[in-house]
Amino acid sequence: MILYIVIIPLFVSLLTPLFGMFNRKYAYFISLLGAIITFLFVIFTYKKVVTHGKEYYWFGGFEPPFGIEYVVDGLNLILLLIISFIYLLVIIYSKKSSEKEIEDKRLSLFYCLLNLFFTGILGIVVTGDIFNLYVFVEIASLSSYTLIALGPKRQSLMASYNYLILGTIGATFVLIGIGYIFMATGSLNMADIKSRLVPIYHSKMVRTAFTFITLGLCLKLALFPLHIWLPNAYAYAPSSVGALLAATGTKVSAYALIRVLYSVFTIDFDTNVIPFNKVFVFISLIAILAGSFLALAQKNLKKMLAYSSIGQIGYITLGIAMSNEISLQGSVLHIFNHSLMKCALFFIAGGIFYKKGIENINDMKGIAKEMPFTMAFFVIAGLSLVGVPLTVGFLSKWYLLLGAISQKYFFVIPVILISSLLSFIYIWRVIETAYFKDSNSTKSSSEMPLGMIAPVAVVTILCIYFGIFTELPLLLTKEAIRILIGN
Amino acid sequence: MENYISILPAMVSFIALISVPFMILFRDYNYVKEGISLFSALLMFTLVLLLGREYLSERILYIDIIKITPTITISFRTDNASIIFAGISSFLWFITTFYSIGYLKGLNDKKETSFYVFFALTIFATTALAFSANLITTFVFYELITLFTYPLVIHKGTEDSKKAGRKYLAYLIGTSIMFFLTAIILTHFITGTTFFNSEGVFKKNVDNNITLLLLLLFIFGVAKTAVMPVHSWLPNAMVAPTPVSALLHAVAVVKAGVFVMYRILNYIFTSQVLLAIKGHYILIVLSSVTIIFGSLIALRQNNLKLRLAYSTISQLSYIILGLSLLNEYATKAALSHLIIHAFSKITLFFCAGAIYVKSHITEISDLEGIGKKMPITMLAFTFGSLSMIGVPGFGGFISKFLLMKGIAHSGNYFLFPILGISTLLNAFYFMPIVFSAFFKEYKFNSKDPHYVNKKYSLLMEIPLLITGLVTLVLFFAFGGILSFIGG
Repeated sequence: MILYIVIIPLFVSLLTPLFGMFNRKYAYFISLLGAIITFLFVIFTYKKVVTHGKEYYWFGGFEPPFGIEYVVDGLNLILLLIISFIYLLVIIYSKKSSEKEIEDKRLSLFYCLLNLFFTGILGIVVTGDIFNLYVFVEIASLSSYTLIALGPKRQSLMASYNYLILGTIGATFVLIGIGYIFMATGSLNMADIKSRLVPIYHSKMVRTAFTFITLGLCLKLALFPLHIWLPNAYAYAPSSVGALLAATGTKVSAYALIRVLYSVFTIDFDTNVIPFNKVFVFISLIAILAGSFLALAQKNLKKMLAYSSIGQIGYITLGIAMSNEISLQGSVLHIFNHSLMKCALFFIAGGIFYKKGIENINDMKGIAKEMPFTMAFFVIAGLSLVGVPLTVGFLSKWYLLLGAISQKYFFVIPVILISSLLSFIYIWRVIETAYFKDSNSTKSSSEMPLGMIAPVAVVTILCIYFGIFTELPLLLTKEAIRILIGN
Repeated sequence: MENYISILPAMVSFIALISVPFMILFRDYNYVKEGISLFSALLMFTLVLLLGREYLSERILYIDIIKITPTITISFRTDNASIIFAGISSFLWFITTFYSIGYLKGLNDKKETSFYVFFALTIFATTALAFSANLITTFVFYELITLFTYPLVIHKGTEDSKKAGRKYLAYLIGTSIMFFLTAIILTHFITGTTFFNSEGVFKKNVDNNITLLLLLLFIFGVAKTAVMPVHSWLPNAMVAPTPVSALLHAVAVVKAGVFVMYRILNYIFTSQVLLAIKGHYILIVLSSVTIIFGSLIALRQNNLKLRLAYSTISQLSYIILGLSLLNEYATKAALSHLIIHAFSKITLFFCAGAIYVKSHITEISDLEGIGKKMPITMLAFTFGSLSMIGVPGFGGFISKFLLMKGIAHSGNYFLFPILGISTLLNAFYFMPIVFSAFFKEYKFNSKDPHYVNKKYSLLMEIPLLITGLVTLVLFFAFGGILSFIGG
């Protein structure tokens, strides 16, 4: 059952160039079909996990720790849901968007890579084997380098190249770390490693392994100051790729980091054996402030959103670093929430580019008259990013704040609030330009095509929906925390 | 008092929200928007009266609209203060709409629809704030008020107004996110609740220093009270059209701030806690300083609207002073001043607007002899001024009298001279205007742009005469209102 979640995108990605040879439209339809089936399987898995608690699959029937194990529990369930959902939306969105941005002959290649990317990130999420995790990290990374290079501008090649270099360094670090762990424990299964590591926490090899893996993942995560690959990669990639990278790419690395910190190592190791968490709190705070300030300085809308992502990643790592139940819950919630709102915002930025060819915020004067629905969605998703109550952004920030207070880290409060204020300013700048400045053109209305605005509408409505009806995310994240800390 | 679950308190505010799509739908029809606005104002006022009757028959209506988490909810609840605040807001919305028709037509304004829409939205947020049952709900609508009034502040669309608008946002959003929200989070963390409770939420075991810190955060977080040093957004917002200044910046917005302060002092802290930490002295000092300096600065203004704005700052601090004396009489004084100041100040602003529309005069030095050309307007202005000064026979006297009683009761006798000086200053900055308007020669001839034209004058004169007369009526009919406040 869980296997299909990974296998279907993989097969679809193999089939797309094949069908694309006959007619390029087939590539789209078969990807759509793949995404729908994957999503259905995820829903099915969700139902099973909710009733049975845990769902696993052993590759070739070999029992772990010898064979590769795929596990779905409370923690990765929420990620599976959001990723497979965004997978579906990105495919729908990319129909129109990629027609405009990507050369015709490369379209089937584009869909092939898109599916391969999702194979990678869904794989990262479901696998319970740490080497397998590395394999999927590489699959996702390699396909994303190529996807970025497909972008419409010349800079996309350079952005892709930068990401390639840094991403490879990151992945190599992860690999080295895994190598050391294997040397120390002789095992690759996460649950198995966890129990085997405890007696040898003070060995230098384990510490080195920990350092390499976390550093590597932080690079993939684009945690400030390891973020330099991210803004260009997001901004110059094709719009749908920018959205999927922002919504799922870094989130999955964050998930991997949580797994490594809490399911491979333990809180005891992260906080007591080495003072990692304490240092990590400060790095995260710097990331939050730096990301927000840098976003303020951007003229390009997509770059602004990219820098804002860097700040938001800081929130996620902050929750991870504070390592108490509430803050971790806030962190997992923020992964979920930030996926939704960044997906919406990048979709919108792509839509504006699609319709008007506008990239800079200053050129968006009076655009709200021409694209009223698009900008209304932007306002909602933007307010959600700020963390206004009744949107999803509020809930995760609230949990992070409560987590900080219960840890007695009072200095976290002003940082989060200042960053909320900064995000209000950079979102407001766009709103003000779009709504309150007079436009030069006199065209009355030019909304995005339905295929693009419908996914935007869906995610934006979800931004509000999960801000009001919070049972589902709270339930899922609570279960996740129980798994991470409970035992 | 008995608690009943009822949707009514939420419905009151939603009337204004529901009217918005209709206004947008009928934007091209003359007088239809105005009709919708008037109708919803009337409906809202009727509902508020209905709630008042329920309250008098000892029924408190209560509803949780949205439960974000078990302790964070969007809830509404009725009590005497909320009914009074919602009552004057809706009643004055009705009057102001009449006035706005004359104002906007007189100035030949093209952005009527946006004006009425954002006006209705602000009233929605204001009445919702009035019925808010906890700090979270209050915070949401407090922020919404700021956001909804922003388009009204920059209504003119000039560079000046945009600059003012930005400052307006920076002040109000900045302080509320940095201080108000922090205070709410800390309160929630310490007490586990944000619900308003007449017994307060702080238990005995909370450290006095922390409570004091929270009080300070609340005082500076609720910048809408315009207590010095967080007052300068208010004069700044005077670039807005006069009906906006009249209803929003003399009634809805600033009163929202004062109202939130009332809630915080009486339902979060309670007088026992405040007396224990001596926190009320902070408020007494701040409000006394604001009363005196507000009046002194008002004296130096030559622009009529600016003078009124500084007068508002000073008068609001009467209410804050009343709240901070922590006795029954002073609280009554505060609530009655909330009503009386609303009617008096709106009259004065209406007059300023009428003068501007008819003669384009904005400076006080140009007002000589205008009383002969616009007798009704200046008569109402005189009523408003006398009420502001607190002359017996006008509403203002009652609240000042009650305040004196409150001061005597609290034993802070040094406040008497402050009140006396302030009354004198009020007379100094209002009476010369009245005097020169009636007793000096009118200096403009018919060719001058400042010469009075009579277009649409009745639509403005009737509302301002009504509110002017109300200040007179309030003196004689205040017993009923007072018993409502006391009950």
